[in-house]
Amino acid sequence: MSRALETAGAWLLGILWALPLAYAVWTAFHPAEYSTRFTPGAPLTLENFAKAWAAAPFARYFVNTTLLVAMILAAQLVLCTLAAYAFARFAFAGRAAAFLLVLVQLMIMPDVLIVENYRTMSRLGLLDTLAGIGLPYMASAFGVFLLRQTFKTVPKELDEAARVEGAGPLETLWRVYVPLARPVYIAYGLVSVSYHWNNFLWPLIVTNSVQSRPLTVGLQVFSSVDQGVDWSIITAATLMTSGPLLVAFLLFQRQFVQSFMRAGIR
Amino acid sequence: MNHQNDPAAGRSTPAAGAAATERWRVHVQGWLMLLPAAVLLVVFTHFPVGATIYHSFFSNPRPGRAAVWVGLDNYRAMVEDPVFWQVLGNNLWFAAGTIPLSIALALLMAVWVNGRLPGRSLLRLAFFTPTVLPMIAVANIWLFFYTPGYGLLEQLTGLIGLPSHNWLGSRQTALGCLVVVTVWKEAGFFMIFYLAALQSLSPQLAEAAALMGAGRWYFFRRVTFPLLMPTTLFVLVNAVINSFRLVDHIVVMTKGGPDNATALLLYYIYDVGFKFWDQAYAAALTLVLLVILAAVALGQFLLLDRRVHYQ
Repeated sequence: MSRALETAGAWLLGILWALPLAYAVWTAFHPAEYSTRFTPGAPLTLENFAKAWAAAPFARYFVNTTLLVAMILAAQLVLCTLAAYAFARFAFAGRAAAFLLVLVQLMIMPDVLIVENYRTMSRLGLLDTLAGIGLPYMASAFGVFLLRQTFKTVPKELDEAARVEGAGPLETLWRVYVPLARPVYIAYGLVSVSYHWNNFLWPLIVTNSVQSRPLTVGLQVFSSVDQGVDWSIITAATLMTSGPLLVAFLLFQRQFVQSFMRAGIR
Repeated sequence: MNHQNDPAAGRSTPAAGAAATERWRVHVQGWLMLLPAAVLLVVFTHFPVGATIYHSFFSNPRPGRAAVWVGLDNYRAMVEDPVFWQVLGNNLWFAAGTIPLSIALALLMAVWVNGRLPGRSLLRLAFFTPTVLPMIAVANIWLFFYTPGYGLLEQLTGLIGLPSHNWLGSRQTALGCLVVVTVWKEAGFFMIFYLAALQSLSPQLAEAAALMGAGRWYFFRRVTFPLLMPTTLFVLVNAVINSFRLVDHIVVMTKGGPDNATALLLYYIYDVGFKFWDQAYAAALTLVLLVILAAVALGQFLLLDRRVHYQ
C-alpha cells in the first residue's frame, strides 16, 4: 500500500516536472489559436518555427554561440591541462599559495564581477566581441581542480618511463596524462558546453549587436522587443535555441548524467 | 632548459650541479605551464576584486568629470538606500525559499530514482531535463505559464473556481513564483549528486537493517541520511552560491518588479551599473556580494575541511 502511494507520489512529481516543457512543446507545434486550448487532435504545424526563424537573425546567433562555446572550451582545455599538470607533478616554489589563489575563482566566479570586467573589456577594446564574452571564463578554476585531481592518480612510474625514453614534460603530458584522463575531459567538456551555451547575464552586458550576440541574448531581445509577437512563436524560438543541447542530452542521456556526476564529485 | 648546456652546471661538482639545475628546471617549467591560466585568472578574477574595492571609494566618473575620492560616501548612500535593504531582504527570502526546498526535493528524487519504481529512467529524465536547458529559455516558458488570463496556471486555478490572479504582477506572489522556477531548475541537478552518493552506499547496510526489522523511514533517518552528509554539505554550498548568482530569470520574468519585490542583489548591481550607469555605487554593492561569497567560502572551509581533502 505504501509502495503504491510512493509510486504515485513519484509519478505525480515527475509529471509536474515535465509539465512546463510539455506545455511549451504543445504551444510551439500547434497554431496560435490552440496555444491555450488543449483539444486532442488539434492540427500540428511547424509554422511557428518558420516564423520565429524569419523574424530574427537566429542563424547568426547560432553561429555566434557555436563559435563562442568552441572557443571557450578549446582555451579551457589547453590552459587547464597545463596548469593542472604543473600543480599535480611539479613541486615549484609557491605551488600551495598559487593553488589557493586559483581556488578563489570557485567562489568568486566571473558572473559576479560584471562591473569591473566590463571596464577591463572596454579598456581592451573587446566590448561587443566574442572574445570579450569568453575571456573571463577561459582560465577555469573548476577545470584546473578537476584535472589536477585526475593527474594525481596517474602512477608516477608511467611518467618516469616516458621520461626515460627521452620525452620532455609536454610530450609526457600529451602521451601519458591526457589519454588517461579522457573520461574527465568528456565530463568537463559537456559541463562547459552546457554552461556557456546557457550563459546569459555577462553576454547581455558585453554585447550590443547582432554580430556578437549569442542565442540566449538573441532570444531575450526577440521576445522582449516584439510585444506583438504571439506566444506560439516565442515558445518555438525558445525551444529552437535550447534544441541542439536538448537533443544532444536526450541522445546521450547516460553520458550527460555521468559527466555531471563526475564533475560534481570532488 | 637543457641542463647539459647550462654553464652553471659545469662549475661545481657534476652531481650536485645537476641536482641544482634539476630543481631550477622544476620551478621554471612549473611556472611556465601555470602562466597562461594564471595571467587570465589575475586579470579577470583577482584584479577585479581589488578594483571593486578601490573604485567603491571614488565618485562615479562622468563625461568631462573624472572620478574623485569620496571615502565612504558610496557606503553611506548604500546604508541610506531603502532599495538596497529591500534587495538584500529579497535575496535572503529567495535563499531561504530555494535552498531547503531544492535540497529536500533533490534527495526525495534521488531516493525514488535509485529505488525499484516502475519507469524510473523516465522519471530521472523528467527530473534532470530542466538542468540542461538555458535559464533564459526556461524563464520564457514559465512566463507564459504564469500569464494572467490565459496562462496554464490561471486555467488550472480557474477550473477549481479560484479568482484570477496576476502571479508575477503582485508583490505578494512574484518572488514566490521565481522561487518555484529556480527550484524546478535546480532540484534535478542536485539529485544527480545524491544519486551518485546513494549508489556508492553498501547494499548490505539495508539488508542488515531489514533483518533487524528496522523500518524504511527509520533506516533512512538513522543510516542513509547521516551517510549522505558530505553530499548534503556540498549541495548546500552550491545552492547558497546559486541563490546569489542566478538572476537570468529575473531579467526575463519581472525585471525586479513590481516595486523591486523580486530584485536580488546581483540583479540590483546590474541595474545600478548598466542601466543607471552608476558604476561607483555598483562597485560598493559588488563588495557586499563578495563579502557574502567569502563568508560562504569560509563556512565551507570550516564545515567541509574535515571531510573533503584537496590534497
